[in-house]
Amino acid sequence: MSGRLESALSSRIATGGKCLVPYITGGYPGWVDAVRACAANGADAVEIGLPFSDPVMDGPIIQQASQVALDNGATPVSILHEVRTLDVGIPLAVMCYYNTVFHAGHERFAADLVAAGVSAAIVPDLPLEESGPWCEAADAAGVETVMLAAPTAPDDRLPRVTERAHGFVYSVGLLGVTGERASLAGTATALAARVKKVTDKPVLVGVGVSNAEQAVEAGRVADGVIMGASVVRRLIEGGPDAVGSYVAEVRAALDSAFG
Amino acid sequence: MSILLTPGSDGRFGEFGGRFVPETLVPACQELEVAFNDAWTDPSFREELDRILRDYAGRPSIVTECHNLGRELGIRLLLKREDLNHTGSHKINNVIGQALLAKRMGKTRLVAETGAGQHGVASATAAALMGLECKVYMGAVDVARQELNVFRMRLLGAEVEAVNSGSRTLKDAVNEAMRDWVATVGDTHYCLGSVMGPHPYPYMVRQFHRVIGDEAREQCRASFGGDPDVVVACVGGGSNAMGIFSGFVDTDARLVGVEPAGGAAVKRGQPGVVHGMKSYLMQDEHGQVAEAHSISAGLDYPGVGPEHSWLSSIGRAEYPTVTDDEVIEAFKVLSRTEGIIPALECAHALAWILREAHTMKGRTVLMNLSGRGDKDVAQMMTVLGDDL
Repeated sequence: MSGRLESALSSRIATGGKCLVPYITGGYPGWVDAVRACAANGADAVEIGLPFSDPVMDGPIIQQASQVALDNGATPVSILHEVRTLDVGIPLAVMCYYNTVFHAGHERFAADLVAAGVSAAIVPDLPLEESGPWCEAADAAGVETVMLAAPTAPDDRLPRVTERAHGFVYSVGLLGVTGERASLAGTATALAARVKKVTDKPVLVGVGVSNAEQAVEAGRVADGVIMGASVVRRLIEGGPDAVGSYVAEVRAALDSAFG
Repeated sequence: MSILLTPGSDGRFGEFGGRFVPETLVPACQELEVAFNDAWTDPSFREELDRILRDYAGRPSIVTECHNLGRELGIRLLLKREDLNHTGSHKINNVIGQALLAKRMGKTRLVAETGAGQHGVASATAAALMGLECKVYMGAVDVARQELNVFRMRLLGAEVEAVNSGSRTLKDAVNEAMRDWVATVGDTHYCLGSVMGPHPYPYMVRQFHRVIGDEAREQCRASFGGDPDVVVACVGGGSNAMGIFSGFVDTDARLVGVEPAGGAAVKRGQPGVVHGMKSYLMQDEHGQVAEAHSISAGLDYPGVGPEHSWLSSIGRAEYPTVTDDEVIEAFKVLSRTEGIIPALECAHALAWILREAHTMKGRTVLMNLSGRGDKDVAQMMTVLGDDL
């Protein structure tokens, strides 16, 4: 059964296009307008980060944005409260570390997401073996749990990860944390190709996809991209308008390459 | 049947433990688990480990009876002298084990986090001995207050990187070491310094440190009239405490793990998940990890190893706290009465003993003196000034 996020991405894929999912750090000044700017400029969905004190999968840019958001008093509750008021017409996912989920309680967190109109959750420090209790609660509430496939995963692990995934499969683009890189890592397309072989679900490459050119390169193998640090850097440097122009630029590049 | 658990592949001690790491690190943790179990049951690995601990690190460490202080307190006070190990603390037991294991796994590089610098120095030492590259992450606050250890690590050939994120102390150094490992997992072993982190670390590090408790139990039985009534150790992540508790968990001894008042994960924390493990964790009402505050960099940690959470939850060990002021007093007392300058970390254990001795009259109390205080002297010169 596919949920709202997976349906939206599948529609884009069905037309031959590639999916674009920008990431915005919730609670960072201007983040609500930045989410709107993403939606208005061709994003298929938006990933909203719930800032955490100890973000081990994030590099300097997203760490910095998270710290600013926390220093400004942002909490999961306050961010989800604002998400409720967002009516952007595209599915929203949250990216959060597991203690945010565990501390709230699995059922309650799933219910909070539903109440806020969030379709999906990405929990980067919750690997397959530990995902059971959350996934059960999420499934029951109708929240899609995006699973991450890593370049280090042996062949026999990938099908088990993709089977558990809802919404899309997050194909991790490199060995390392989020952040911009000069070029797309070879592991990005190599892993996406391996993942595509074992699933029919949308496969999106994230971590280290840093500009329109790299998005197109990833799109040659995958169904789309998640773009985090390069988007958040524009939010930090230029505010929501800069985010909007950047998303439009990547959208145009993807559409022109895969029209 | 021992109370100590051998966790299965889920890495659990009761409800605590587990392996909450990014997918990228799961295969590395699984590989490490297999490699450790294989090495631990391989007599040739154990012989080599024992040989290095004996001929290089100076094991076994002795047990010293504190006649002066014991008389004053009305207790029989024994110290397990981990401060006499090479590099000055118990940390060497674990890093020699992990460095040997890293070589056995074909890794060429170690990354480590450090708080007070003792684990960093031990890691740099093991890396120098075994020809491994070594990078140590250390919170910027700790780099400033433990500059002697920073220099020691560099002298030993390690690269030290100051971490400026978050609270700029031990927890942030762990974050940065994990970020490094996510990117370098092919050739790098994460030499984690305590009984914490994702499975198999809590179990593996405890096994490498149980030599402390196993030796102490034999020494107490051979020379001090039998098992002690109370076994006391300080707890940050909890490695020296798990090491000595391992030897006495199946005796009648009362087990006491002393936490700093500003980093009381067991006493003031709730179950939470950070750094790959589920354990007691100091956190706010939204699950953000709290910043610990302690005079001792080595205990400045808001979490605790999962096995301690488990021992607490079943009532087998207790985890009281002491204040910085009590610690400073204990630091002075042991120096004056016994001629032993303790590390600020294990001064926590002594501070609890000083406070509670009147309830233990006539009892035998074994304390793990997990490290020597040389590294803390510069800091204490500032704190104490002329107040000696």
